[in-house]
Amino acid sequence: MTAQSTDIATYNFAYLDEQTKRMIRRAILKGIAIPGYQVPFASREMPMPYGWGTGGVQVTASIIGPDDVLKVIDQGADDTTNAVSIRAFFKKVTNVAVTTDTASATIIQTRHRIPEHPLTADQVLVYQVPIPEPLRFLEPRETETRKMHALEEYGLMHVKLYEDIAKHGRIATTYAYPVKVEGRYVMDPSPTPKFDNPKMHRSPALQLFGAGREKRIYAVPPFTEVVSLDFEDHPFEVQTFDQPCALCAAENVYLDEVILDDHGGHMFVCSDTDHCEKRRNAPTSPLWGGRAEGAGGGLDQSTPHSTPTPAPRADPPHKGEGKEIR
Amino acid sequence: MYVAVKGGEAAIANAHSLLADRRRGDRSVPALRLDQIVEQLALGVDRVMSEGSLYDRELAALAIVQARGDMIEAIFLVRAYRTTLPRFGYSRAIDTANMLVERRVSATYKDLPGGQLLGPTFDYTHRLLDPELAAGAEVAEPLLRESEAQAMPRVSAILAREGLIEPDGDMPQDHVPGDITREPLEFPMARDIRLQALSRGDEGFLLALGYSTQRGYARNHPFVGEIRIGEVELELDVPELPFAVPLGTVRVTECQMVNQFKGSAKAPPQFTRGYGLVFGQSERKAMAMALCDRALRAKELGEDVVAAAQDEEFVISHSDNVQATGFVEHLKLPHYVDFQAELDLVRRMRAEYDARENAGKAEDKREAAE
Amino acid sequence: MDIAAQSIEGGFADPVFNAQTVFRAVMDAMARPGSVQPLPPFARPPVPLSAAAGAIALALCDNDTPLWLDPALQASTAVRSWLGFHTGAPLANTPADAHFALIAAPAEMMALDGFSQGTQDYPDRSTTLILHVSDLVSGTPLLLEGPGIETSATIAPAQMPRHFVEQWKQNNKRFPRGVDIILVTADGIACLPRTTRIKTMEA
Repeated sequence: MTAQSTDIATYNFAYLDEQTKRMIRRAILKGIAIPGYQVPFASREMPMPYGWGTGGVQVTASIIGPDDVLKVIDQGADDTTNAVSIRAFFKKVTNVAVTTDTASATIIQTRHRIPEHPLTADQVLVYQVPIPEPLRFLEPRETETRKMHALEEYGLMHVKLYEDIAKHGRIATTYAYPVKVEGRYVMDPSPTPKFDNPKMHRSPALQLFGAGREKRIYAVPPFTEVVSLDFEDHPFEVQTFDQPCALCAAENVYLDEVILDDHGGHMFVCSDTDHCEKRRNAPTSPLWGGRAEGAGGGLDQSTPHSTPTPAPRADPPHKGEGKEIR
Repeated sequence: MYVAVKGGEAAIANAHSLLADRRRGDRSVPALRLDQIVEQLALGVDRVMSEGSLYDRELAALAIVQARGDMIEAIFLVRAYRTTLPRFGYSRAIDTANMLVERRVSATYKDLPGGQLLGPTFDYTHRLLDPELAAGAEVAEPLLRESEAQAMPRVSAILAREGLIEPDGDMPQDHVPGDITREPLEFPMARDIRLQALSRGDEGFLLALGYSTQRGYARNHPFVGEIRIGEVELELDVPELPFAVPLGTVRVTECQMVNQFKGSAKAPPQFTRGYGLVFGQSERKAMAMALCDRALRAKELGEDVVAAAQDEEFVISHSDNVQATGFVEHLKLPHYVDFQAELDLVRRMRAEYDARENAGKAEDKREAAE
Repeated sequence: MDIAAQSIEGGFADPVFNAQTVFRAVMDAMARPGSVQPLPPFARPPVPLSAAAGAIALALCDNDTPLWLDPALQASTAVRSWLGFHTGAPLANTPADAHFALIAAPAEMMALDGFSQGTQDYPDRSTTLILHVSDLVSGTPLLLEGPGIETSATIAPAQMPRHFVEQWKQNNKRFPRGVDIILVTADGIACLPRTTRIKTMEA
């Protein structure tokens, strides 16, 4: 079987040479065996720039086979430029089927979001990671952070979070919110909004993380404890939104604020475009009705807006992060 | 307007066709040929080969024209091609003492065996723009040495005879040189790995760091022991054959910096070394590399680490321009999911701040009224 | 067949896609300990190296990964030259130098702690053990818990190493250091990463 067409004849299936794939595959297996630990790997230059998903692309290229169905999202959307570009790359170098449908994908490569539709055991979620080291902004030296992980010395992180509370009355981290995996390694979930952190916890899907520039791969196996760091008196909370998606009326999903004009007009729409389109196209589908979480309840009461209704904002759109208002 | 903020396949394709158009420019102007770039922009080609870590003039020229002359983009193109190439083996270490030298200068001796050879240098040219060059004037044939001059021992060998310079820093007998293109970096690093990273490091970054050591940020009293540029033989050991197979020659620039050293708890007073080696002709890069190499040996020589140029993690982690440009430029990618999260936080904190301020003002007013 | 011919034949018919299929089976097995992943007979190594173990070696090993062979495999020139020809992997001088260890007779194997456990800084620098077992149902049932397992899973590999459950407890205690195990049968594999906790099933 040869999946290559003549125009890419000079490149291997999935771009990487087999020796590179073996090296990355070995790193992936170690990552799975040591959840949350960042396995160093000899990241390669890829035909897209470092920082644009080369880690995720290398992981996907190493696991993908001809029977896979690939979905690529950036900011939750299938149609953002970098998602389009990476999807086109894999179409070209592997010729596998691609999809925007979350449920039918076997591999989902993502930047900054976890899909709203619950993932299954047949799926692998591949995260693009810019800075894999959760302690990096507290301690820039690799030699030091490696020691901290080895000794399970995470006091610095707790101090930082607690300083936030002292200064701002809350933990002022809204994305890339650190988690502890299986009670051992503190891990960077990649710059997903903390809204998505709970989805990582005991997910049936395998989660792989690739950081190309920083040359690290890590993993969270299915059904693994992923706990967001917090304090007893300041428990972890996710963002909530006051209003449903202006397009599909979904609640309990992550929304993007879209500016409509220069008079302060804006609306909030699903960041997960596939989720939003599915709901708009089949608002009565049993798949979407009656689900309490994720796939938006409240459909029975509210008519989905087929046309966005811009409304000047009167009050902060989010119920927000903490209950405390001093 | 919802769609307007998102891109699509058509938008990308259109952008790329516009790029191709701008790259070609005015169609009435003849298109550049690769051999023109190889011959006439040779130092640019050298830089792309050096920082792209691939010795192939034609590919480097293609990369330069494809990148519209953007050197870092060209280096990136070459790297992304290089990484897909199968690895047949590792050549023997090149022997620069046996270089077929075209240029060789030493700042530490007035004259020395083999002599000073200026070669094709910008040094001592007056930097006056040349209208004749613009007019395409004929260029006279250069004067060349009649024959190969005598052997050219390296200056470091001359100093070593007196025992005044540290040894060449041999690696242990069983040491297999690392390969930064095949193994992840690990700190602290051995010098062989560090030199590889410096050799493909960004010329501008290393130049600035080297310069900083001269201005007092970890001053290390350098002298140019020697710079030599020329062709060296490449040989490959093949297990089945009893001799090394010659593969051809590559042009390299080598800089041996000699640094005065007063001695420390770890080492006696002597001259120490900083080493630079790059593909092609680039004295600036080789010299900057040698300055950085010497600065990065601070710990080994028992010196205090007080400046950026001595900080291995800082220098090596940030010297690769392909990595640096990727990460800086990735800020162009959409970040609106994270920005949304921050927007929410700032709005809420601002509302609380305003509430506090207003409460404070009301309090002041009340006090003033009393 | 002479050894030279034996060492050349029996590799992947389709190296790119066979390697990918084998890797995905190992990845899924490692991600879901106790699950049995089918493995098509892509490789035909000389005995006593099993087809599945041979396929895993072809998929994961190369000249960057020193291999350790247990005495049963070490004794076979055909096995050594087959692995050498198809993977290029050097043989490890000691078990502690091995990235992968191929073990045809687990019941007689050396203790798990004799292999590389990785370091506290780099726990990934450990040996992955590939154990031939005749099946995964006729041995002492092992109740598995830990990452990758929703509630619990059970396998009963035959001919496991002596005092395996006790040895495995020690392996767990060394976390994040420790070895990971790939169990191979004629047609499938199951994995025990170092995070998996084992309870023997009381009768």
